[in-house]
Amino acid sequence: MNNRRFASRSLNTLGLVLLGVVAIGWAIPIIWTFAVSFHPPEESLSASNLWFGTQPTLANYATAFKIAPFAQYYINTIVIVFGILIVQLVTISLAGYAFARFQFRGQNILFFLILLQLMVPSSALIVPNYSTIRQLHLFDTLLAVMLPFFGSAFGTFLMRQTFKTIPRDLDDASKMDGANWLQTLWHVYIPPARPAMIAFALSSISFHWNDFLWPLVVTNSESSRPLTVGLAVFTQLGEQGAQWSLVTAGTVIVVGPLLLLFLIFQRQFIESFLHSGLK
Amino acid sequence: MTLHSRTTTTKKERRFRIGTAALPYVLLFPTVLFVTVFTLLPSLRVLYDSLFIQNQAVKIPQFAGIDNFTELFSSASFHDVLFNTFVYVLVTVPISVFLALVLALILNRKFRALGLYRLAFFYPTVLPMISAATIWYFMYTPGYGLINVFLRNFGIPSQSWLGSANLALIALMILGIWKQTGYFMIFYLAGLQGLPHEIFEAADLDGASTIQATRYLTVPLLMGTTLFVTTIAVINGFESVDQIYIMTGGGPNNATSMLLFNLWQTLFSFLDVGKASAMSVILIVVLLIFTTLNFIFTERRATYE
Repeated sequence: MNNRRFASRSLNTLGLVLLGVVAIGWAIPIIWTFAVSFHPPEESLSASNLWFGTQPTLANYATAFKIAPFAQYYINTIVIVFGILIVQLVTISLAGYAFARFQFRGQNILFFLILLQLMVPSSALIVPNYSTIRQLHLFDTLLAVMLPFFGSAFGTFLMRQTFKTIPRDLDDASKMDGANWLQTLWHVYIPPARPAMIAFALSSISFHWNDFLWPLVVTNSESSRPLTVGLAVFTQLGEQGAQWSLVTAGTVIVVGPLLLLFLIFQRQFIESFLHSGLK
Repeated sequence: MTLHSRTTTTKKERRFRIGTAALPYVLLFPTVLFVTVFTLLPSLRVLYDSLFIQNQAVKIPQFAGIDNFTELFSSASFHDVLFNTFVYVLVTVPISVFLALVLALILNRKFRALGLYRLAFFYPTVLPMISAATIWYFMYTPGYGLINVFLRNFGIPSQSWLGSANLALIALMILGIWKQTGYFMIFYLAGLQGLPHEIFEAADLDGASTIQATRYLTVPLLMGTTLFVTTIAVINGFESVDQIYIMTGGGPNNATSMLLFNLWQTLFSFLDVGKASAMSVILIVVLLIFTTLNFIFTERRATYE
């Protein structure tokens, strides 16, 4: 018994040391990126001068902001992400209410139609959706980036499940009081559904904040490009001159605020990722 | 119950009074509209377009039956694409899922700096793939890229990771594993929190070692989580595109081109709508299989928890 304890304890220690090494390996890419973003642009990177350089500087950040409109990209991303979210919250509440509390003809057909969105990923539909956006004359607009995501099957089902748990009596009472359906939905159904809506919001935000292919396809100028596409364009500029300290500064501009928010709201972030398995 | 008589309803309230029979359709209208325009019709459209030759060489689309598919499946470059995609998925998925399980098992205890460890493994999940790919593009730089600097300590000469047909796909796999392991780890941590304590106490009393308890109790009990994260990993793997766009552009020599990237390229570089639609159909079929599995496993996971 004692021998086994000893063996398991030394195994434990060994495991922790190994874990430490792996953890450092995992963390190094971001630490290095951060360090090099302060590397003086006139000092070239080499195996012996790999980190902050002799005199750390903010020059890379100044240049990055000068040659790429990161502020504009941030605004675009924020408008896209929250524009999608606000419309989604409306559409999913309405649709969820319909499925949770009404019996109507064609219910199953409509249910399966919406289910289709969970089955066919939007990335596989860029060819026809791109031409739809062209036909609507929306190419290179923020609306083009948002439009395909205004309805959400995942959100609709989430709201349906949540609304179903609310006692029908409350609904009836509200109607007896003379409330119309909108007032009933707003006062009876929405308040208890808030946690579900927050969970949905976090997964929607993180998906659309990070999305790249669709905005790449439907945007073509600084006024509509989100951060992800903006960074890709910026990287390709910087890579031509092998200006890595500049590229890393651009990367930090994009991920810095995100990582800061993550540090502050770690628990909420992790919760949201646990919910985002289904989009 | 208060007695509001119906006669006191204001004009504003009346405006929202829709016939009860029509109401559910009104409520569903926006969602059904968007799903129809951006999912249902496009799905049918790719299916239809995949049967036509529609590219720069023809003025009017020509019906071609399944020619687009047979041409794709007989072209060497599409073989490369399928090969790369499947190898990428078959290598990254088991490694990251296994690693995630091991990390979760180790980190599911209380010890010093636990938060820091979790942070180290989870933060790549928070980064957009585009920025993660930019960072790793930099890591792989020949000469002073950290990967090469690190390997030089072991006497391995500097490699052009992304410029070599043998190494480029491996380089993308390393990024993929680094990026998603922490994500799967939190599913395992959540799963571990939900396991019943009593079984482990009983096992301990019976003299089972930690390793035995892990092998014969924990891992089987986490099967639901394993199936769930595996399908997510597979779906994400098949949808890989951002990192290819940033790091390799599908090269060198087609060595890193995968399904979704190839589809994008076929549409926007080669302007071949017919082939791109056929690829969409192939991608949809592959993903449909796994999303269905994912759906089943989600239901199962929900009933476990």
